[in-house]
Amino acid sequence: MSAVPSSLTIPRHNAAVTEAPWLRRLLIAVALVFLASFLLLPLLLVFTEALRNGVGAYFAALRDPETLSAMRLTVIAAAIAVPLNLVFGVAAAWAIAKFEFRGKALLISLIDLPFSVSPVIAGLIYVLMFGAQGWAGPWLIAHGVEIIFAVPGIVLATIFVTFPFVARELIPLMQEQGSEQEQAAITLGASGWQAFWHVTLPNIRWGLLYGVLLCNARAMGEFGAVSVVSGHIRGLTNTLPLHVEILYNEYQFAAAFAVASLLAGLALVTLGIKTWLEWRHGDALSATRRH
Amino acid sequence: MDIHVRKLHKHFGNFAALAGVDLDIASGELIALLGPSGSGKTTLLRVIAGLEFPDHGQILFGDEDMAHRPVRERRIGFVFQHYALFKHMSVLDNVAFGLRVKPRRERPGEALIQARARELLELVQLGGLEKRFPAQLSGGQRQRVALARALAIEPRVLLLDEPFGALDARVRKDLRQWLRDLHRKTGYTTIFVTHDQEEALELADRVVVMNQGAIEQVGSVEQVYERPASPFVFDFLGGTNVIAATVQGRTVRIGETDIAALRDSLHPNGPADVYVRPGDLRVSDADAPGLEVTVIAVQRTGPIVRAVVEHGAGGQRLQVELPHLHHDVPAFTPGATLRLRLAQFSVYPRADRPAPQTGVAAPVLIGRERVRIEVN
Repeated sequence: MSAVPSSLTIPRHNAAVTEAPWLRRLLIAVALVFLASFLLLPLLLVFTEALRNGVGAYFAALRDPETLSAMRLTVIAAAIAVPLNLVFGVAAAWAIAKFEFRGKALLISLIDLPFSVSPVIAGLIYVLMFGAQGWAGPWLIAHGVEIIFAVPGIVLATIFVTFPFVARELIPLMQEQGSEQEQAAITLGASGWQAFWHVTLPNIRWGLLYGVLLCNARAMGEFGAVSVVSGHIRGLTNTLPLHVEILYNEYQFAAAFAVASLLAGLALVTLGIKTWLEWRHGDALSATRRH
Repeated sequence: MDIHVRKLHKHFGNFAALAGVDLDIASGELIALLGPSGSGKTTLLRVIAGLEFPDHGQILFGDEDMAHRPVRERRIGFVFQHYALFKHMSVLDNVAFGLRVKPRRERPGEALIQARARELLELVQLGGLEKRFPAQLSGGQRQRVALARALAIEPRVLLLDEPFGALDARVRKDLRQWLRDLHRKTGYTTIFVTHDQEEALELADRVVVMNQGAIEQVGSVEQVYERPASPFVFDFLGGTNVIAATVQGRTVRIGETDIAALRDSLHPNGPADVYVRPGDLRVSDADAPGLEVTVIAVQRTGPIVRAVVEHGAGGQRLQVELPHLHHDVPAFTPGATLRLRLAQFSVYPRADRPAPQTGVAAPVLIGRERVRIEVN
């Protein structure tokens, strides 16, 4: 028996599509040209500009002490903000999805606040609170605690702007899953913690990873809020995005693009993992993310 | 484990889900909580389980009041309507869960846990499927995994919430039989919730009929079906014809016809409702009294012949059901005029109210007000 290779048969006429073929091609072309000129080309440009002076200059720019210090600070800020928002996000999503309580709607809107507020305002909030002329600033400075124009301010601003990512991903997912499995677990004698660890967490793990991924991308890429509180002290309070701006303003284009290429690379990796998650574990993500 | 429920009340906001429920369940009994949706049957089950807490009242397991003890201390086996299996765990891990979460000093060794889980899977006839995941099982298989998982902790009572509700008719029938056998084999005190009267009658030792947060009647299958305590119970367990009548002394009169004599004269005189099941209407003997009717339509559905007949001046329509081989069947031809006897019926006094319908408020009548007769 000869195996017949199964070929994909593409229906020539899709009843729902009534546009003429030329119109269809035109629309696709417009979309592709737009995508290429506004996304692909700039991305390519980042890498070509970064390598304009050769691979040696590229790596020299990355090995610059100030660049290394900016990298370190970016990683530190993300390393603090992401786990905190992970814990917060899981706790908030748990509370919202599994319990009924007063002020639930308010809590949901509050979680969304960082999305609706301009990052500059987010930064300013902290300056107003902890700055030298701020509300709690003078007392803190008198006690030797510096927040604004220092690392704590940057971490706080990063936490603020990345607040919603994990919670936003988990709330619909956990609402969808309901709490029957947890109820089953406790009828079987599990404690609340055991039910969370053995039942809830495995059920939300891919959604959680998805949220953490987006949270991390934003934490490392945040510019506005961090810019307001950082003070741009080179080697001390500069994160990678801020460092790119400084280098660019000083006409060090190759170095600026070299550092920018790191952030672009991060974006590509994030995109890659995100796509993989959606493709491989789509059923374990909340309905809005499924493909 | 014998279970006693005492004066249980539970409100959700203004809605009284349970309004003073008392119930005694003997050890090893298989009990059905039967009622329309909103009757409080699921709430009662969940309160016994500890998944909801009552406003007041007692739930005694033996003589221990569990009403305010957390679920995990009650050691109950709960089977959810939609199984609630842990979908990221294999069948074996699902069944072993209850043993693995035990405190270390009570927890059996891993080898013992696995052996026990396998044993339970054999019991529910799922041997060999240990490594499967819930998504790879059929609905009936999932329900049996859920049952094995609940049995793993050797529960004091097994509680099942609409256990077959999500299955198709064929599987449901098989599983019922199988659950009956399992109950006989294991002897667990079992309470299950259902809105399907056939399921309740087929499975349970005793049926608890609930309506509007209260128990209408508790009794054996025979009792609730043959001697329903209220119009609601009569109506809920099978189809019903309600015929307006008057009671005078011991005589029940429909229109101008005396159709039967009551066994005693305890029944209050005056307007009453006669409740008769479609299957209890038969062609009456030549000179016996009966209900004058005209046959409107006849329909054969498999083993049962259903007829619609019109009765009396008012033209009230009644349903009649006959086994398809019954000797009365030929008499039911559209247009024919017949006299029907009521082989079995119940009479309930009529207050100024419309006849009760299934699921709608029906005043609770106590057993004594009900009079039942069998006319031979």
